Amino acid sequence: MLKIENLHAEIDGQEILRGLDLEINQGEIHAIMGPNGSGKSTLSNVLMGHPRYEVTDGNVTFFGQDIFELEADERAKLGMFLAFQYPSEVPGVSVANFLRTAVNSVREKELSPMEMYKLIQEKMRFLQMDPKFAERYLNEGFSGGEKKRNEILQMLMLNPKLSIMDETDSGLDIDALQVVSKGVNALRGPKFSALIITHYNRILRYIEPDHVHVMLDGRIVTSGGKDLALTLEEKGYDWVRQEFGSAAQS
Amino acid sequence: MPEDKTIQELGLDEYKYGFRDPEEYFFKTPRKGIDPEIVAMISKHKNEPQWMLEYRLKALEAFYAKPTPQWGGNLNDLDFDEIYYYIRPMENQGRSWDDVPDDIKNTFEKLGIPQAERETLAGVGAQYESEVVYHSLKEEWEKAGVVFMDMDSGLREHEDLVREHFGTIIPADDNKFSALNSAVWSGGSFVYVPPGVSIDIPLQAYFRINAENMGQFERTLIIADENSYVHYIEGCTAPTYTTNSLHSAVVELIAKPGARIRYSTIQNWSHNTYNLVTKRAVAHENATVEWVDGNLGSKLTMKYPAVYLVGEGARGEILSVAYAGDGQHQDAGGKIVHAAPNTSSLITSKSISKGTGRSTYRGLLKVHEGATNAKSRVECDALLLDENARTDTYPYIEIEEKKVNTEHEATVSKVGEDQLFYLMSRGLSEEEAMAMVVNGFIEPIAKELPLEYAIELNRLIQLEMEGSVG
Repeated sequence: MLKIENLHAEIDGQEILRGLDLEINQGEIHAIMGPNGSGKSTLSNVLMGHPRYEVTDGNVTFFGQDIFELEADERAKLGMFLAFQYPSEVPGVSVANFLRTAVNSVREKELSPMEMYKLIQEKMRFLQMDPKFAERYLNEGFSGGEKKRNEILQMLMLNPKLSIMDETDSGLDIDALQVVSKGVNALRGPKFSALIITHYNRILRYIEPDHVHVMLDGRIVTSGGKDLALTLEEKGYDWVRQEFGSAAQS
Repeated sequence: MPEDKTIQELGLDEYKYGFRDPEEYFFKTPRKGIDPEIVAMISKHKNEPQWMLEYRLKALEAFYAKPTPQWGGNLNDLDFDEIYYYIRPMENQGRSWDDVPDDIKNTFEKLGIPQAERETLAGVGAQYESEVVYHSLKEEWEKAGVVFMDMDSGLREHEDLVREHFGTIIPADDNKFSALNSAVWSGGSFVYVPPGVSIDIPLQAYFRINAENMGQFERTLIIADENSYVHYIEGCTAPTYTTNSLHSAVVELIAKPGARIRYSTIQNWSHNTYNLVTKRAVAHENATVEWVDGNLGSKLTMKYPAVYLVGEGARGEILSVAYAGDGQHQDAGGKIVHAAPNTSSLITSKSISKGTGRSTYRGLLKVHEGATNAKSRVECDALLLDENARTDTYPYIEIEEKKVNTEHEATVSKVGEDQLFYLMSRGLSEEEAMAMVVNGFIEPIAKELPLEYAIELNRLIQLEMEGSVG
């Protein structure tokens, strides 16, 4: 479904991704772990199409389609979703208004206002959110936890085929982490895949990954099952550097 | 009707053209430019009382004496000798729909305005079909003693009331443009609301029968008597099409004790227009005046609605939004003068600049000595849609009283790459994302407008922005 081959990308002339390969099939949950500066967030931004990043080499296809020919909104319409590490504030635009616009722009047939209202209420209840939340301005004055819940709410509303989660767990307390995980697990199924990008394996206790990859210096240096996350936790990123640092530099 | 018809010619045949039935003929001053003779012709043509003629002539002297202001936008290309100072709107109907520029037609099209209404708005058709609705409302208002008519009729039918208040809030010699307006004014609205009367439905200037609301020099006077309420809506969000390049209106509001006046304007001038308007209100004891002011289009707008809080407990609010596109300068803001104790005020100004557009906030907050416990808050926010756009803020604050509470806050933000990317990652196109950011930005103003105006304001700004996204 998602196929990344030899991906190279840079920002402001500095190369961050240096030949990354990854394949995700439908229904699979993948986790990418890595130390700060390994290029994890760059990967998520490049996959979604942030204009500040330049792809210098390699291919990425999503259901066979070259995504680098598509703008971010077109990728969203194909079923890609990015849960942001730092979601932007949009003053004056309510969460409900934003959700309506977003959902109707990715759907072939627009939902009626009543259907939309019900759907928003249902998803918010599921995520244990106060109904008043829908009337607040998008991310304005939200706490860190509210921002992340809001990202998960959007994910549930948009019902993507692939969700890329950029350090969604960072800065969350246990309650928020559980709610976030509940959202992802609710979508889990043969038609949903996720790429969970994280520094810690904490979130992986709640969302069990099928595959774990370790990223260093812009590449995936080793992959394994969920046990790899435990090994990492035990040995730390210094172990990764010692073990794979030279390989990454070559 | 030949274009060179003059008052002299008309004067030779009064019976045929009939001053009593002024809608029956066309009239235009015989030449461009302004002098006492032209002013006298206008006044004579309208059959005005002597005092108004004298008022006009005195105002003309003030106009000559005042220099063109240099502190605001660039007025150097404005040539007062190249303007016709009085054209009866009926003359416009000599034009046809074919004469209306394509960009204006396209805007009507995109706004979904019916053809009949489009023609009226473009000044080429008869008054549109709202007359029936208007008529029944008018009967209701008249029963309550409300006066709502064009200013020329107001002067004819309520001369004493007009004479008592006209020019008392904005004296003719207040500034060069109020002087010009006072000399050549025509049209505008006259509103009087009796004590204790609340008008629930907004009075809308474009409902007005025999309106000369396309006038360039309209003059509006609203008097809200004690404990009354009126919401007046001026203009319309459709583009105002004038062949002339200067619009200079004067609007005076008087809110007597306990009264509340809300005055909403959204104007979208053609891009060659100088829009130089003086708006001022006086709020007496416990009265409230609110200006809601939207400025789009024009080459240069200079407009600073003012509220003088002269009675204890009075309140003034100014909400303004301006959009400056390529080549445009919106120099707008507000003035609040606290001249009595326990008065309060709020100025909220929002500006959007795109391309080479420039928006300026220019405001004055003045608290006189003795205006104890005055409370004021000024907030101006500028949004820049791209790198070249420009915004400036000139907040003048003069406080002579110690016991006051004032706050001032100014922000400048740019529509950021990250913000657009965030919205686009949820399926919105770049244009939709930009429009969403802008609509959110003006939301605090839009929510103060009647729904249909708020929607049109949003759509108009979107139309102005079209093609602005690279």
